[in-house]
Amino acid sequence: MSQYQPPVLDAKFVLDQLIGFDGLCEKLQLEDINIDLADAVLEEAGKLSSEVFAPLNWDTDQNPAQWADNAVTESPGLKEAYQQFVDNGWSTLTAPEEFGGQNLPQVLGTAVSEMWQASNMAFALCPLLSIGSVEALLAHGSDELKALYLPRLIAGEWTGTMNLTEPGAGSDLAAVSTTATPDGDHYRIKGQKIFITWGDHQMTPNIVHLVLARLPDAPPGVKGISLFIVPKFVLDENGEPGERNDVYPISIEHKLGIHGSPTCTMAFGDNEGAIGYLVGEPHKGLPYMFTMMNHARQGVGVQGLGISDRAYQQAVQYARERVQGKNRDGSKKPIIEYPDVRRMLLTMRSGVEAMRALALEASAALDFAHADNNSKEKYARLELFTPIVKGWMTEFAQELTSLNIQVHGGMGYVEETGAAQHFRDARILPIYEGTTAIQALDLIGRKVLMDGGVALESLLNDMTATATELSASSNADAQAFGAAFAQAVDKARAAKEWLLTNAPSEKELSQAVCFDMLMAMGYLCGGWMQGRTLLAVIALTDANDDVYGEEFLAKKRISAMYYSQCLLPRALHHFGVMVQNPQALYEFAVDQF
Amino acid sequence: MKILVPVKRVIDYNVKVRIKQDGSDVDLSNTKMSINPFCEIAVEEALRLREAGTASEVIAVCIGPKIVKEQILAALAMGADRAIRIDVEEQPEPLVIARLLAKVAEQEDAGLIMMGKQAIDSDNNQVGQMLAGIMGRPQGTFASVVKIEGDEALVTREVDGGLQTVALKLPAIVTADLRLNEPRFTKLPDIMKAKRKPIAETTAADLGVEVTSTQQQLSVAAPATRQAGIKVASVDELVDKLKNEAKVI
Repeated sequence: MSQYQPPVLDAKFVLDQLIGFDGLCEKLQLEDINIDLADAVLEEAGKLSSEVFAPLNWDTDQNPAQWADNAVTESPGLKEAYQQFVDNGWSTLTAPEEFGGQNLPQVLGTAVSEMWQASNMAFALCPLLSIGSVEALLAHGSDELKALYLPRLIAGEWTGTMNLTEPGAGSDLAAVSTTATPDGDHYRIKGQKIFITWGDHQMTPNIVHLVLARLPDAPPGVKGISLFIVPKFVLDENGEPGERNDVYPISIEHKLGIHGSPTCTMAFGDNEGAIGYLVGEPHKGLPYMFTMMNHARQGVGVQGLGISDRAYQQAVQYARERVQGKNRDGSKKPIIEYPDVRRMLLTMRSGVEAMRALALEASAALDFAHADNNSKEKYARLELFTPIVKGWMTEFAQELTSLNIQVHGGMGYVEETGAAQHFRDARILPIYEGTTAIQALDLIGRKVLMDGGVALESLLNDMTATATELSASSNADAQAFGAAFAQAVDKARAAKEWLLTNAPSEKELSQAVCFDMLMAMGYLCGGWMQGRTLLAVIALTDANDDVYGEEFLAKKRISAMYYSQCLLPRALHHFGVMVQNPQALYEFAVDQF
Repeated sequence: MKILVPVKRVIDYNVKVRIKQDGSDVDLSNTKMSINPFCEIAVEEALRLREAGTASEVIAVCIGPKIVKEQILAALAMGADRAIRIDVEEQPEPLVIARLLAKVAEQEDAGLIMMGKQAIDSDNNQVGQMLAGIMGRPQGTFASVVKIEGDEALVTREVDGGLQTVALKLPAIVTADLRLNEPRFTKLPDIMKAKRKPIAETTAADLGVEVTSTQQQLSVAAPATRQAGIKVASVDELVDKLKNEAKVI
């Protein structure tokens, strides 16, 4: 199937030129860590992803995980691939040194994660979820739980899962009904969880489930949910996996995509009750989940980026090889020479580059917040980015992976080219880890209305600064970009004011326009990153840079200009729809559907 | 036993080579550079010998300006214990390289010099043989299997007629062929550790070697582009063309 070329130089460019990686490391007081080291890390991750994970991607799709006798066997080849991933220490990248991690910045972890996701998304979900459980335990676990579980999870010896969803509790977690009953020094968990990603497999000797459940005395609703840790094998006195716990996968789903990722229905406590341990304090489960949400949600946004880049690479390859029609001199014409095909390819390329830069900017926001003692302002920026990265990038990934099929024409609709797989795999992204609607509501409600638009205004001010810098440049491209971008930022400011004025008095308004605001903010943030890319390119070109080279910089410049000409206008469109507050939406009654 | 592994910085094997406009040389500006793949195989073999307990230390040696530190770090990240950089401005000729390596091998008292059979940039395939000559030590070139038994190295060589196994008295020079092994993926913690491993620096003058040049590169040209073929209607026409046009039969 399609080859994968890891975007090592592109990622390095963003880290070095847009994020200021060396400065960030200094702020984080990480000695010896600099862009050269980041480069070496990206290079090696690129090798493993392109040489080991990418070639397995198609096989994983064609040979899904299998369920039999309350156990799941993963797709062939994944166990060995996972072992290589673990042996080479990749699970330890961003984890703290105290528990065996390498303590590298989150932003580098994100750049590396893109490669895992692009090369084999179904597989890469597994370590992504382990990181989630590590974060939960780090933030809220007792010292005892940390000592028992963290080193093994960080080393990748065991994997972690997140057990939130139940048949009656999806987007609304208030309806969680799984119970936890005290039983000596532990709890007995009973209930059923569905859609549990990598809920079971044979790759590691133990699996650590993080589970939301209710204590007997729990208040109703979201304020009565607690977080538990439930190992597949209960640890013996030496901390090694011992007796089989009463938690089993009782079926797996047959899905549209990510066939290599077993999606399990997990039965907790069908027999004697699954042994679980409380994480943190009772009834705090939901707020605890929120502390991990930035990472998990941004991680899914990065999946959208990775899979879009993979689709782009495949589309370019096909467009070069596929010949249709003839030139005037009678020679055959590869379809890449047709402007409409190039429009599709450039939309993908420019979109991917904007997404990559935004994903790294948003991820670095967490590092900058850490470096600044978790200052409120820096943290607010991170929180503002999260629903945009998750919501916009996964929605955009739908279009971009679909364009790959379009470039392939009829052959794209045929499974054997593999173009369809990326499209099918991508379709889960706007659904899991909070649907697009959840992201949009989070953005408009918790991230904008709740603080009166302060965090958003601060972001818009930074954007205005970029627009001003572009417009003040003597470079004609920069001036054109600056004019277009300034207009988009003005629209954003007007939309923000409109929202703050009207949302309090109109009951359904924020819910009705949140999707357009999310998409508008996505395209705007993408434009911001492309504008900063253009500024960096101009500076490097003026300085006769010889790190990236003329060709690389020229491509970046044109891609940025394409964004300002063809993708940034989408921000204007979405802000336009938003402030128009389409009345038809309210008028069409529920029973008229 | 110490193993010395020479490592060369070359254009990455994935990169399409460009020629400078004036035809004076290959254009290496903003080009991805890597460890020569044959050198990488040599590093891997040395590491395996160390891991098997046969060797005590693996020393990477690299000849070139400061920038070659990238390749030195890559070799250290793979697992070499330490490195030596011999500072020279330009890439010396094979004979000079062999003389420099001979001095280092002597200083380090290396029991085995494990190196690539050639570098993929200039494809000389000379240094290993010259080094053996200069040092007066046995050589096992184009190795596909290397075994150390006592004070001997048993080297299976890939020769035209098949495989030949030779026994070399150590210290010896072994040059790696493609099938000797498959180099490992570098581990993340090892990338981090590589920065803290010692890199000694020396010069040709320190080693008492004069960097001379007996060759001059006159021009570099890309291979001629292949002409489009033609279809022939019959075997007779083909034979006719081969006989009268191509004049090959």
